[in-house]
Amino acid sequence: MEEQVKHNGEQKRTPNEVVVDIEHISKSFGDNEVLKDISLKVKRGENVVVLGKSGQGKSVTIQCIVGLLNPDEGVVKVFGDVVADMGDKQLKALRTKVGFLFQSGALYDSMTVRENLEFPLTRVLKMKDKAEIDQRVEEVLEGVGLLDAIDKMPSDLSGGMRKRVGLARTMIVKPEIMLYDEPTTGLDPITSREISELILNMQKKYKTSSIIITHDMECAKITGDRVVIMNDGEYIAEGSFDELQSSDDELVRSFFNETT
Amino acid sequence: MAEQALTGYKKWMEGVGEQGVFFSRFFRNIFTGGFEWSEFVRQCYEIGYKSFMLVGLTSFIMGLVLILQLRPSMVDMGAESMLPKTLAVSFIREMGPVITAIICAGKIASSIGAELGSMKVTEQIDAMEVSGANPMQYLVVTRILATTIMVPILALMGDVIGLFGGFLALNFTDDISFSLYFHKCISSLEFIDFLPALVKTMFFGFAIGFVGCYKGFHSDKGTESVGLAANSAVVTASLWIFVIDAFAVQVTSILFYR
Repeated sequence: MEEQVKHNGEQKRTPNEVVVDIEHISKSFGDNEVLKDISLKVKRGENVVVLGKSGQGKSVTIQCIVGLLNPDEGVVKVFGDVVADMGDKQLKALRTKVGFLFQSGALYDSMTVRENLEFPLTRVLKMKDKAEIDQRVEEVLEGVGLLDAIDKMPSDLSGGMRKRVGLARTMIVKPEIMLYDEPTTGLDPITSREISELILNMQKKYKTSSIIITHDMECAKITGDRVVIMNDGEYIAEGSFDELQSSDDELVRSFFNETT
Repeated sequence: MAEQALTGYKKWMEGVGEQGVFFSRFFRNIFTGGFEWSEFVRQCYEIGYKSFMLVGLTSFIMGLVLILQLRPSMVDMGAESMLPKTLAVSFIREMGPVITAIICAGKIASSIGAELGSMKVTEQIDAMEVSGANPMQYLVVTRILATTIMVPILALMGDVIGLFGGFLALNFTDDISFSLYFHKCISSLEFIDFLPALVKTMFFGFAIGFVGCYKGFHSDKGTESVGLAANSAVVTASLWIFVIDAFAVQVTSILFYR
């Protein structure tokens, strides 16, 4: 009998516990140094927004957190364990606790919305009870306001709907940490705002810690407890959205002006 | 010039190494974790059932054409009665398996390469991986095993249809009954005509699935790379079919026909 993957509740939960600890990581692709000595700590229940222009290495940072990429230097610790030292089993267990929302939503386009949502339940959590699976799928789809789309194919959905379903598919396994890769890119301002508010609501509902990679200032304002600004592979400033917006630092201010 | 050759050689060696790693991951994933039965059955349907018409039609035409082409020479030699035997032996041993495999390389390897390539481009494979699911088990193992099993079945059906095509062609010119024609075909065949052909087509099927999956899984992130993955899958799989065929003929000759 296959062992059901245990998650949620295995870790000792303390309010100020650092769940993601990035220590001095650097990453290069050929001659292109994408990350230069980056450090970041995320506490339990905290929403950290990493703000920066496209192509600055923001996505690379979160790919290192789930072990899709390994840093050339430095370490990434999640729940106190070094990601690069993890074996296949440990990495799989980690990935059940860390949700990753891709820029495109990354829905499996040969499956319906229902099958997309069932996939992590049956393959990762090894759930077998059909009634329980249905109930969980419907609950999470209702949470993102797309219960009507349950039997649609991804090709029948708009960009915003795809992101909502992507978010639902990630949240369905109830991860403790959420990583959002440009969640509002390519969406109109109204849908972007809806997605940002949805992220905030889901964070409150499921009590997740989040890292939100974006260059959308409104998304950063709505979702971020703390904002980190990234420029040329380095973090140049950190603080609340309002603090950074009124910063004396010319580079930080100019950055706000450039991206708004 | 020498530097270019060296770079090309290094790249080629890297490719060989990557394929070795991919093969070992495939092999390991057959036996570890849960087997994706429903996806495997779906792939068998997609690969086998949906290719049947194409393979059947091609085999039928090849059987028909072979008889029409062979007949004048055989009549000249006074060996007209040998036509069913000639067709049966050539079709079962060589023509059927190779035609089926080439058709499948064009249809299946390209489709697998393009499908997995587009999944890679749209980050679906990464999404599967970061969710804790195993894309090798779900996408690769099922497809490779489905091609390994379905291509021999398609080849066997293609053989029968090809022989039927030969019968129709022969029936146009000579008065031969259906039962006599098939009796002549079957009586000229032995078990060792079927077995190596069957084993050979399993390897063809494996090559088609493996190459399609490898090319798709390792495509670059860009829409152009989806086309490249599909194209490269067809070319490489076709080449492998001929290489395996040449090797299989040598082995079969040594083992059975000496």
